[in-house]
Amino acid sequence: MNIDSIKNGIVIDHIEAGKGMEIYSLLHLDLLDCPVAIIKNVTSRKMGKKDIIKIDAEINLDMDILGYVAPEATVDIIKNGELCEKKKMTLPEKLTDVIFCKNPRCITTTEQELPHIFNLTNKAEKVYRCAYCESRATEN
Amino acid sequence: MRSVIDIKDLSTQEIEQIITVAEDIIKNPDKYAHKCSGKKLATLFFEPSTRTRLSFEAAMYELGGNVLSMSDAGSSSASKGESVADTAKVISCYADIIAMRHPKEGAPLVAATNASVPVINAGDGGHNHPTQTLADLLTIHREKGHFDNLTVGLCGDLKFGRTVHSLINALSRYKGINFVLISPEELKIPSYVKNEIKKCGLEYVQTKDLLEYMPKLDILYMTRVQKERFFNEEDYLRLKDSYILTPEKLATAKSDLCIMHPLPRVNEISVAVDKDPRACYFKQVLNGKFMRMALMLKLLGLED
Repeated sequence: MNIDSIKNGIVIDHIEAGKGMEIYSLLHLDLLDCPVAIIKNVTSRKMGKKDIIKIDAEINLDMDILGYVAPEATVDIIKNGELCEKKKMTLPEKLTDVIFCKNPRCITTTEQELPHIFNLTNKAEKVYRCAYCESRATEN
Repeated sequence: MRSVIDIKDLSTQEIEQIITVAEDIIKNPDKYAHKCSGKKLATLFFEPSTRTRLSFEAAMYELGGNVLSMSDAGSSSASKGESVADTAKVISCYADIIAMRHPKEGAPLVAATNASVPVINAGDGGHNHPTQTLADLLTIHREKGHFDNLTVGLCGDLKFGRTVHSLINALSRYKGINFVLISPEELKIPSYVKNEIKKCGLEYVQTKDLLEYMPKLDILYMTRVQKERFFNEEDYLRLKDSYILTPEKLATAKSDLCIMHPLPRVNEISVAVDKDPRACYFKQVLNGKFMRMALMLKLLGLED
């Protein structure tokens, strides 16, 4: 399978296998005009299998979303066909409208226009809690 | 604009300052009788709670201020679909400080984010009730004189009991506190509250037996199993009478035990216990009013 190498753009590498499409959708990459490639189940020495996303344009990625969904991923910035910067993800301290509170007693259930804000309360265990009701975020 | 939504919004130094002011109010009420002259408190109660509302209102009247009261959510703009954010912005135009109770968790935080005056959380569902915790802390301080090195028994509904969670949070910041967590299996304390205790390097034990640790307790904090926190009536009926404190059960307790309850009680403390000098739950109510006075003075910048 041939995918053209990128001249100026971004490669999101080391995505846990199976999460590529979720990231594509959460980062709204479907709205881009430039070529975007999702490569699934690539053999990886470190991870066994991984997904990769290549974006052939210099865009601003929402690192908070990426850090939350794929903390193991790396972001390579490519300029003039060369790797110019490699960024490692960290868990964001605060998430806005990335995950949603499911506590039926939370104010966000009745006030639909409120942003859903979650704060990182335990980094080691990746625990996020709703800023309003402090309910623990559950994986979708 | 400074608001108090969670007891953790106040540092231990600030809590101690509020206690000092409250104790001064108790000694010299005349000195404070006109401190809030010209100030208005709005009490926005979106769910019924007569006693907390009256406590806030009495507190403001005793400081010489006035009260704008919205006690019935059914007659308010909320029933017309107004958001909490809009209500907070509107009430900020009329009042100098807001006390808010709401059935939805986090509603007072939304109000505080949007109001241009201080907001005090007067209870948001089963979540936070910081002024109850302030009342509890003043009671402990007046009865024991200190917060360090106390064995604190918490009994009843430790799962949904917000007063218990807030009190644990507040006391966990002091040295040498031992918690004895007494509850039926179904109403055990959530693990995140236990983690908070552990994180502070403090000890706790969990038990179903109220009598086992009675001789060791300095404080016994009883709670009501609250019907409104259950989705299922059957579970409520099964658990509501788990613990009933009677004079007989207090036979092995210390002579200076401090028995507390956030009230209202149903039957978890027998009326016969009321005569016991160790019963502090009605003093707690009065202490709540003094702490609300001291807190409002602080938030209005009038404590000096």
